[in-house]
Order: sequence, then C-alpha cells, then structure tokens
Amino acid sequence: MSAVFEVLNLKKAFSGLAVTNDVTLSMATGDRVALIGPNGAGKTTFVNLVTGNLRPDSGDVRLNGETVTKVDAIGRVRRGLVRSFQVTRLFQEMTPAEHVALAILQRDGRAGAMYGNFLSMPDVMDETAALLGTLGLVHLLHRKVSEIAYGQQRLLEIAVALALKPRVLLLDEPAAGVPQSDTGRIEQALAELPADLAVLMIEHDMDLVFRFARRVIVLAAGTIIFDGLPADVTKNAAVREAYLGSYANASHAA
Amino acid sequence: MTEETVAVTARQSRSIGRDLLGIGAIISAAAIGYLLFPDNLALLTRIIAIALLVLSLDLVTGYCGVATLGHAALFGSGAYAAGIISAHYGIADPILMTLAGIVGGAAAGLVCGVIILRAHGLPQLVLSIALIYLFHEFANKASSWTGGSDGLSGISTDPLLGMFEFDLWGQTAYFFGVALLLAVLMLLRVLVRSPFGMLCRGIKEDPLRIIAMGASPKTALIKMYVISGAVAGVGGALNAISTQVVGLDSLSFTLSAESLVMLVLGGGGSLFGALTGTVVFMLFEDYVSAANPFHWLTMVGVLLIAVVLFAPKGLYGTAAGFVACRREKRP
Ligand SMILES: Nc1ncnc2c1ncn2[C@@H]1O[C@H](COP(=O)(O)OP(=O)(O)OP(=O)(O)O)[C@@H](O)[C@H]1O
Ligand SMILES: [Mg+2]
Repeated sequence: MSAVFEVLNLKKAFSGLAVTNDVTLSMATGDRVALIGPNGAGKTTFVNLVTGNLRPDSGDVRLNGETVTKVDAIGRVRRGLVRSFQVTRLFQEMTPAEHVALAILQRDGRAGAMYGNFLSMPDVMDETAALLGTLGLVHLLHRKVSEIAYGQQRLLEIAVALALKPRVLLLDEPAAGVPQSDTGRIEQALAELPADLAVLMIEHDMDLVFRFARRVIVLAAGTIIFDGLPADVTKNAAVREAYLGSYANASHAA
Repeated sequence: MTEETVAVTARQSRSIGRDLLGIGAIISAAAIGYLLFPDNLALLTRIIAIALLVLSLDLVTGYCGVATLGHAALFGSGAYAAGIISAHYGIADPILMTLAGIVGGAAAGLVCGVIILRAHGLPQLVLSIALIYLFHEFANKASSWTGGSDGLSGISTDPLLGMFEFDLWGQTAYFFGVALLLAVLMLLRVLVRSPFGMLCRGIKEDPLRIIAMGASPKTALIKMYVISGAVAGVGGALNAISTQVVGLDSLSFTLSAESLVMLVLGGGGSLFGALTGTVVFMLFEDYVSAANPFHWLTMVGVLLIAVVLFAPKGLYGTAAGFVACRREKRP
C-alpha cells in the first residue's frame, strides 16, 4: 500500500519553543486517522505546516510521492491536499450555494471566467445541490451564511472541502463550537466521506474519535507520543501522563 | 429538484428585471439631466467621466477590499493617453482616443496593482498615495509630452462616427458619455456576477479561505486592477475628448480622495452605489459651492459624517437594503 501523504521529520519552533518536534507520519488511501492531544499540543500548527500556511524550520511533506515542501499553499490544494478550519472561515455575505459553486468552479479551473453565472450552469448547480443535499443543507442553498446556524456552517465548511475533490483531507476539529446535541449530522457526514479519501481529523471529543478513527495519533508538546489502534490509546501510560499533566496545568492556572 | 429550478429561474428573472430597471433609470436620469440643464451639459459629461472613475474604484475597493487613495492615477493615465495620441499624433477619432484611454488606464492599472498589492492595510494605503504623487510628478516633468503644469492642449476630435461634430454646447460629448457609461455598466454587471466576480467577493472577505480553495487572490486582484484601469481610462478619455484639455489635476491625490468619498457616500460593492455617490456628490458640490463657497466643504463633511454614522452602507446601499427588507416581509 503506497502512501498518499507523508510527513518526514517536520520541525517548527516559535521563538525557541518547539511546537512541532520531529513529526513523522504517513497515510494511505482510505485512512481514517484521528489526531488528538491536549490544548496547545501543536495540532493546528501541524496542519498549517503541512498545508503550506506556515513554513517549517526543517523536514519534508510529500503528496503521492512528490515532495511539496517548496510548493506554496495553493499548489498543495491543487495537488489534492485540502483542509478545514478549527474556527470556520466562510464568507459571511455569501450563500452556501455560492461557496460550493465557487469551490467546484475553482477545482475545474473555471473560477476565472468573467461572464456567465453559476446559477445558469446546470452541471455546477446539480453538483452543488447534490453535495449540499447529502449534508442536509439543501433548504439553505440561497441563504446568507451569516443567517444560518453554526452547526450548519460547520457542515458547509466540510462541503466546501469536499467540493474540491481532495485526496487527503485534514479536518481541524470539525465539531468544535457545536452543541453536543447537534453533532449527529456532522458525525454522519464524517461517516459518509468518500471511501478512497485519506482523512486526518483533529478532535477533542473522544466518543467521536472512537467512532470515526481506525488509527489514533497523540501529539503532546509537539511530539508524537502514540500512533496506533484506538483500543490501545487509553491504556498507554505516556498518553495518560500527557493528558493528566495538561489537566494538572489547567487546574493550576484556574 | 423542480422546486429548486423554479427558485433559480425566479432569481435570474428578478436579476434581469433589475438590470432593465437600472438601464431604464440611467436613461431617464440622462434625459432628465438633459432637459433640466441644457446649458450645462459640460457638468453632466464631467459627472459621467467621474462616475466611470468611481465605478473603477468600486471594482478594486468595493468588490475586492483593496485600500487605495491613488486611484486617479488610472483615470489620469487614460486621459493623457487619449490626449497625447490626438495632440501629438493627430489621431483624432473619438473611438480610437477612447481605446487609447482604455489601454493607458489598463497599463497604469497593471503597474499600480502590482505595486499596491504587495502590501495590506495601512502600508497599502501609503503605497497608493506614493504612487499618485509619482504619477503626478512624472506627468509634471514630462512636459514636452504632457504640457506639464499648463496642461495638455491642442487636442482635437473628429466627428463621432464621422457624423456628429463635437459641438460647442457639448451635446455630442454628452450623448457619447451616456453611451459609454451604459456600455461599461452592462459589461460590469456581467463581470460582477460571473465566477470571477464571485471569487473577488470571496477575496474581499477572506483571502486565506480563497487560498485554501486553491485559488490565487493575488492573480485575481491584478486582473481586476487591469480591468479597473480600463474603466477609469474610459472616463479619462471621455474627459479629454469633451474638454479638449488634460490637466495635472486628473492625476491628483485630491481627485483620488474625492472619488473614494463618492464611493463611500453612495455605497461600495454595488455599481449603482458608485453611480449614486458620484451624482449626489457632484451635484451637491455644484450647487452648494455656487450658493455658499465658504461652507461647501463643511457641508460635504457633515453629509459624509452623517452617511458614515447612520447609513454605513452608503446612500444607495441603505436604500436598497430597506427595499429588500420590505420585500422579504411581504408574503
Ligand atoms: N503564529 C504563532 N506564533 C507563536 N506561537 C504560536 C503561533 N501559532 C501557535 N503558537 C503556539 O503554538 C502552540 C500550539 O498551538 P496550536 O494552535 O497548534 O495548538 P493546538 O494543538 O491546535 O491546540 P487546540 O487544541 O487548543 O486547538 C501554542 O502554545 C500556541 O500558543
Ligand atoms: Mg487547534
């Protein structure tokens, strides 16, 4: 099984403090990986580094065997590496239909077209409606994002990522900020992700992690301290230590 | 699915209806202007030229969120390009002069875009101010081409389409201006609704999000700057054709700042907002400065503060929002 996504000895320090400390991992088609770790462990920073939003101090990122460390963020998206954001980044003045249509047009190299309107492009509209339909958003097609609920915005964030037809999808806390009672739709969307997609999901909710992941990676202080089966993670001494340590710190701070 | 198609068709026919309404409104406004000010068509033509500048500014500022106080560089470059081919090369056909204005404006747009887009926020604003001073100074120094501070004179124009002389009363220039404005406006309506227009609105809200979708904000913005330059260039050329002089004031910081004031007044991010702002500002300037030259700037200041505080979307934006709100409430 060949790797679609590889990270080799990735390092990043902010003013001397190592936030990503020699991280190496590899993922294959169809993988469902959960990346967990205490607050401030460096999970989001890791995503920023591999997507090219941040420049690593050293190390390499490979997509489908190609080293993309020197490729900019746009080039990596075009090679199939797509992310979502921990705090949704959506266009408040635009509609879900516009978001998804823009992603589809961009994917197909048509986002620069200076005439026509996606509303009158049947292929784009059909794909948009179908994708938003599977996420239960079709009734909100033409609402402004600022008018829809946060849980629905989270789903839209996933829809935009999927519209780009990625090969590797990095989801940064896809259910963050959504009340527990409303995470069902998001979880269903996660369960229905295309089977050939390699997915890495950052998540704090352990129930969600156990239902989604077939492999769990634990990051603490920028270092991978566990990489294995979900069933083994809670038994691992280093992991318990890391989480206990962070809780101890948190209660000190409080 | 059918319900949705119906909704989409309804949306489209509504937007086409709005287009027709807009075109009708402009033609009526042009006719009313013609009937009300038959002796002052020069003012009306100048309003159209400045409206093209403000529309052009709207493209980069209103639609894309670029901060600039140097946009007259694009307008002035178009004006000088049109004026120079007539005064120095004897090319006096108004259509060719307009094309020269488009090319000159677009070239200036490319130069300004490449430089201004290297920075964001306050540094971006400072770069734009530096650019307008450089353009101004360049035109001032290249006086053998531009006439320097005396202005470029000796511009002559052939009859439009070989038929309509540019008369002393400015009738031909006025109708030519109205035709140019309508043509530009229709093209821009298509542009702002296109995928590219949608991309630009996205860039304005969150460029990082656009990057995460695999598109380059920089490339899109530079394209928009060139288009914006072409539009401003049409305005500049119209000004050169109708007044037969081009002065350094067309490349000034003052004109740049005033065009931004007009855009804010009418409401950025909407083509009709740009038009409304220009017409209100210029008519207001004309009336108030004639009636009370001492207090004209005070009154503009008060008007602007009132708009920014109480109608932050501008005169047109606020009115349009109000109408949309009432329509929502109707069953
Ligand atoms: N641009 C930056 N400059 C300096 N320090 C940063 C920067 N970005 C992140 N950090 C620091 O790096 C550490 C890791 O942050 P990061 O956001 O990656 O954590 P995380 O694991 O995603 O946490 P959370 O679970 O809260 O989202 C934190 O201590 C943070 O303060
Ligand atoms: Mg994070």
